[in-house]
Amino acid sequence: RNSGQHLLCKLTAAASSYKVLFVFTSMASVTHKNAKRIEGLDKNVWITFTSVAADPTIVNLGQGYPDIPPPSYVKEGLVQAVMVDRLNQYTRGFGHPTLVKALSQVYGKVCGRQIDPFKEILVTVGGYGSLFCSIQGLIEEGDEVIIIEPFFDCYVPMVKMAGAKPVFIPLRLKSDRKTDISSADWFLDQDELASKFNSKTKAIIINTPNNPIGKVFTRNELQAIADLCIKHDTLCLSDEVYEWLTYKGHDHVKIATLPGMWDRTITVGSAGKTFSVTGWKLGWSIGPEHLVKHLQTVMQNSLYACPTPLQEAVAQGLLRDYELMGQPDCYFSSLAEELQGKRDRIATILKQAGMNPVIPEGGYFMIADVTALNQHLSHVEDDEPYDYKFIKWMTKEKKLAAIPVTAFCGEESIKHFEKYIRFCFIKQDSTLDAAEAILKNWNKA
Amino acid sequence: MLRRPVRNWASIWKRPVRLINCQKKTGMARQLHARRLEGVDKNIWVEFTQLTADYKAVNVGQGFPDFSPPSFIQEAFCSAITGGASMHQYTRGFGHPALVKILAKFFGRIVGRDIDPMEDFQITVGAYQALFCTFQALIDEGDEVIIVEPFFDCYQPMVKMAGGTPVYIPLKPRKSTGPALSSADWVLSPEELASNLNPRTKAIVINTPNNPLGKVYQRDELQMIADFCIKHDIICISDEVYEWLTYDGAQHIKIASLPGMWERTVTIGSAGKSFSATGWKVGWAMGPGNIIKHLKTIHQNSVYHCATAAQEAVAMGFQREYDTFGTEDSYFKQLPAQLHKKRLRLAECLRSVGLEPVMPQGGYFMITDISSLQVDLNDPSTKDEPYDFRIVKWLIKEKGLATIPVSGFYSPEHRGNVQNYIRFCFVKEDSTLKAAEDIIRQWSVKK
Repeated sequence: RNSGQHLLCKLTAAASSYKVLFVFTSMASVTHKNAKRIEGLDKNVWITFTSVAADPTIVNLGQGYPDIPPPSYVKEGLVQAVMVDRLNQYTRGFGHPTLVKALSQVYGKVCGRQIDPFKEILVTVGGYGSLFCSIQGLIEEGDEVIIIEPFFDCYVPMVKMAGAKPVFIPLRLKSDRKTDISSADWFLDQDELASKFNSKTKAIIINTPNNPIGKVFTRNELQAIADLCIKHDTLCLSDEVYEWLTYKGHDHVKIATLPGMWDRTITVGSAGKTFSVTGWKLGWSIGPEHLVKHLQTVMQNSLYACPTPLQEAVAQGLLRDYELMGQPDCYFSSLAEELQGKRDRIATILKQAGMNPVIPEGGYFMIADVTALNQHLSHVEDDEPYDYKFIKWMTKEKKLAAIPVTAFCGEESIKHFEKYIRFCFIKQDSTLDAAEAILKNWNKA
Repeated sequence: MLRRPVRNWASIWKRPVRLINCQKKTGMARQLHARRLEGVDKNIWVEFTQLTADYKAVNVGQGFPDFSPPSFIQEAFCSAITGGASMHQYTRGFGHPALVKILAKFFGRIVGRDIDPMEDFQITVGAYQALFCTFQALIDEGDEVIIVEPFFDCYQPMVKMAGGTPVYIPLKPRKSTGPALSSADWVLSPEELASNLNPRTKAIVINTPNNPLGKVYQRDELQMIADFCIKHDIICISDEVYEWLTYDGAQHIKIASLPGMWERTVTIGSAGKSFSATGWKVGWAMGPGNIIKHLKTIHQNSVYHCATAAQEAVAMGFQREYDTFGTEDSYFKQLPAQLHKKRLRLAECLRSVGLEPVMPQGGYFMITDISSLQVDLNDPSTKDEPYDFRIVKWLIKEKGLATIPVSGFYSPEHRGNVQNYIRFCFVKEDSTLKAAEDIIRQWSVKK
């Protein structure tokens, strides 16, 4: 392109007095070409499926956002913040002081360590923004990044945009049972995991509780990952946006609290998932200063600061629930209680329709195996995996929307996941009632 | 710091002491940061906002209003917050439908064309993120971007982080009789512009009204830039965040409205600056769909969505401004009228103590030549810094007055030539301006 454009410049200069327009046309397409970093990254599963489910007659258990209202004190906190004049102006770029101090309190308690609010915390545009700052700040061309399948879909394009190579390892189902499967029955093969690490491995991304399976990694499982990180001098990017949503008998463990891990881990959290306000788009990265400072550099060169009144409101919400931690009124635990009921309900009705759900230990998604339904879709000519075709068929014929699980895995694992679809159950009772009506009548069409 | 690959465990146990020492210090032996961060880690705002806060200085430095936003906009936000469950959940990633629709109508009327709300807009977290998306989407390693000096400081690190090479051309006071005391006197040289064209020139960034100078580019000046862009097929990135703030009859003109320019211009706008609510961080990039689609790809792979309720509130604000445009009720008319007086007042005060402010035709800021100040800068901590940085820090620490050094808006290469200007923000309550004036007058009386 370099020499080509140079030649065209010369031609342009020579031909300008003749107004040779065809030269301008061919140059236009060259100049308006996108930067290489976004090659192949323009497609996105959400863009495809949010439009599919936009039809209000469709029961939407697809995209992961609540249709239950957020707690009223959180909304009130935002109204109060907006009415304070100075809270409508810029705040500290790396995080509004009230918020980073509240985060330092909450996570200091959870992690059992002093966390410096100004040096060890960065407030970002959602958990998504935290992932972006972490990857842009710490990952580059030549690096490899281990990603566990199934994964929240943005990890791969973000790693690619940073010029690095994603290396996949799937969670594998290991159970003697055919039914009553739980997310705890999905494991990483230890030898396979160890084989993925090499001298180029800059980081491993983990997500616990996991989206979409709902697996809550145990202390032993995290220790195995930690041992490899320490052995290979690798960073760990731990996406813990669903950290408060673990169900009875399962505890969320923070890999950053394991020995040797604080210094090499960035932990991502989300106000949207914590307070059921996904539309507020606030999240945070917590870690050691020598890592967080690089995320701060990305922040100061990309969007500089997050909205002030939203940060103030999240801070007030956190402070309120911090006082209630351990009590039933604390939203962090009351939301999990509420969701446990919804989880169990959805599992029952999916089984009634003949699907085989994987009961999640955490998070607000449930995947279900649709093999037993024997739905023939070979007549659909698209070159898409089975789950994509199934979802499109189900949306059209049954008016029920879900998300295909192969959207969350690499090419080579498609065959392991294409019989699974993902349901979101953080929905109000009327939505679940509507879903139940459809699933009860599944075989009666 | 180069990464040491761990080839085999044996090679490590032979040097246990060194590895343990590294692990004790950082826990990690390898290079941590990505190379794209090299040279972009310093930031003038991080430095000066901290200093201003530490010394509780009267703040006429950073560009944000310290008066309240108009009540209709605060009410709009409250109304959005209490407006139903969907206001608190994800909206459309490329921009909340209500917002992109009203912006398309609003700006379509101004530029005189049908703008597609879904294709021609990307809503962003402030104009800052719109700039980031633009550079990331369009600039590759080795591409050159022409930046007009003085410039809003973030353009340079953003171009660098995208792998691009900034090429600077200065606004210079034109040769005339008498001092260049209006921002209109600072002009671009077409020859200098042309001579900085290279085969790798991908884009030019302009900012009108300009920060920090306050220049409002005239039609013929924009036409000169447009001719250059069209002739050499270059993209124009036009940062117009202060578009409503023009004084003394100066008219803001959108370069995208000039013939042949819509198809090659990304216009950047800001709700924060439009509605005096900088903390909302809602901005946009507007342009032809075939360029904006690339910004969308960056956005969907970086933050994906912007806050729903804030976008809804901005939409309501723009609907109101659409309906009242050009009338006395329009905030976009009232705000410049208010600021016009504050601008005159500050200029008057600076002149009264023998300083030479450059009268801005637009924007939030006024720069002033401080050569006539005789100050004994007895601060060893700043001794290696440019003169204006030293004066500004001295003013914060010794006089409790916060301003911004103008050389921070110049390239590292040219910073040395412009050490005599400091920047004031006059978008402040009258009481703040009075407090600043008192400090300035008192200090010159003492001399």
